[in-house]
Amino acid sequence: MTTTAIDARSREDHDAAGKRQFDELIAQDSRIEPRDWMPADYRKSLTRQISQHAHSEIIGMQPEANWITRAPSLKRKAVLMAKVQDEAGHGLYLYSAAETLGTPRDRMTEDLIAGKARYSSIFNYPVLTWADIGAIGWLVDGAAICNQVPLCRASYGPYGRAMVRICKEESFHQRQGFEILLELANGTPEQRAMAQDAVNRWYAPSLMMFGPPDEDSPNSQQSMLWNIKRFSNDELRSRFVGMMVEQVRVLGLELPDKDVRFNEETGRWEHGPLDWNEFKEVLAGRGPCNAQRMERRREAHEDGAWVREAAAAYAEKQALKHAQAA
Amino acid sequence: MSEANASATRITPGNALRPEDIALLDTKPADAVAQYALWLGDDALILAQRLGWWISRAPELEEDVALANIALDQIGHARSFLTYAGRAWDRTEDDLAYFRREPEFRSVHLVEQPNGDFARTIARQFVVALYQWELYSRLVHSSDPTLAAIAAKAVKEVDYHRDHSIQWVLRLGQGTEESRRRMVAGLSLTWPYVEELFADHPLVDELGDAGVRPSSLREPFDAAVQAVLAEAELEVPQVPGSVGGGRLGRHSEHLGYILAELQVLAREYPGASW
Repeated sequence: MTTTAIDARSREDHDAAGKRQFDELIAQDSRIEPRDWMPADYRKSLTRQISQHAHSEIIGMQPEANWITRAPSLKRKAVLMAKVQDEAGHGLYLYSAAETLGTPRDRMTEDLIAGKARYSSIFNYPVLTWADIGAIGWLVDGAAICNQVPLCRASYGPYGRAMVRICKEESFHQRQGFEILLELANGTPEQRAMAQDAVNRWYAPSLMMFGPPDEDSPNSQQSMLWNIKRFSNDELRSRFVGMMVEQVRVLGLELPDKDVRFNEETGRWEHGPLDWNEFKEVLAGRGPCNAQRMERRREAHEDGAWVREAAAAYAEKQALKHAQAA
Repeated sequence: MSEANASATRITPGNALRPEDIALLDTKPADAVAQYALWLGDDALILAQRLGWWISRAPELEEDVALANIALDQIGHARSFLTYAGRAWDRTEDDLAYFRREPEFRSVHLVEQPNGDFARTIARQFVVALYQWELYSRLVHSSDPTLAAIAAKAVKEVDYHRDHSIQWVLRLGQGTEESRRRMVAGLSLTWPYVEELFADHPLVDELGDAGVRPSSLREPFDAAVQAVLAEAELEVPQVPGSVGGGRLGRHSEHLGYILAELQVLAREYPGASW
């Protein structure tokens, strides 16, 4: 028997033992850690999901950063800066979580810039008024929280732990969005109109953030079996609608959906039809801001290349200097 | 001393001085002190406005976080100084930030300078941070307790800004040929605006022990700059100083554009609250 054959057999034994342990951990609803054996598909699926999530945080900085220089009060400016900064921080933890699965951050960034990786299509809509900053916080971050709270219990340890911190910060973000809208809704008639217009434009896209209807969501089932996803897209969407119905009353604004109702039989909130064709179009790159967002990300990355090279060269020179001194 | 007044001198972490506390002070600053607070507040505000542009455009995510942090600190300082200045004239921080015209601003030309590439931003940051650190570390002894309290909070934060910019001057200066070329260019573009920071104006004489004489900061600033540039194997640029005039309301051409963007929304809806 050749050495390769022995290696192959011990590999198989190792895989079989690893799979047993993995299945057990999943059955116990316990955590998988980076050094644990995991199926190749689990690794691949998580890398895709976590890196997409990281890209969404990073691309999501742009629409809001667009208003930092124009924020209408110094306090709002400070809060918005802190919020966009948090998003960079979320991107960092998530890329780090994804790196524990074996893909370096550079590769993920390159995939994003090459158009090979996706990010949440909500960020391809334009942020036209100050009220949009409120609507993004309230609706978009609100939807993100509904999606992400269950992810704190995701079976992959580093992802779940990153989500705990992210969710805490996201809940501040949602509150700041709500507060902006509340102030506008109680402001001048023009401010109130600005707030309603923003809610009208962001409502449907935020509902679509939960992903396609359950019957069209092919990856969901496997993801639920692996304890990554805990609730279906439609389940989460319905929960979110219920929350918004209550909160919009406090704002004194309206949801642009005459079909919203609570279905006593199913115990679920229902909403009007969503334009899934638009969702697919935006996802396919034909949204209002896809090209702009990608160009900005690419530009920042390319313009920063010389800085990253300088930092690496400096670190190398310093290491050499220390080695020589030792 | 009232509860609100007492809070203005609280500088322990978690209890840091907030602009909201300053707004509640019983005492009004003397006009000269308020004018001086405008100088410092406007510098911080315009710098924050410039730095805010970088957020989502930095060379690394870590730098998005770092530059946002510096901008946030500067906005915090601006809010405190402007709130305090405004107490003298019954105006809020936002009245002062959003409803003054160019000649009423007191920022120096340095903070108005464009971001340029990362090296130019770092050069500007290097000068500002070293200058602000020298300034605030003396202003903590101001005879005006509010200025002293604002400085006590600010100096701790600016110490990090100083470290951040020094680390980058070293990295860019000794990194690659390209980074060195860009760092040298960034420093020369920045240096004409250094002199203005240290110019004494008649206002300084009126301040007494409440303020810090700008000219007194030149020597320690130069020594600190020299030390870093020597380590980075860079030289202090030999370029003529610009005339300046920001403290008198004579600004660079850039300020108009900066204010146009900063003030547009607030001015579109005068009297609105946000």
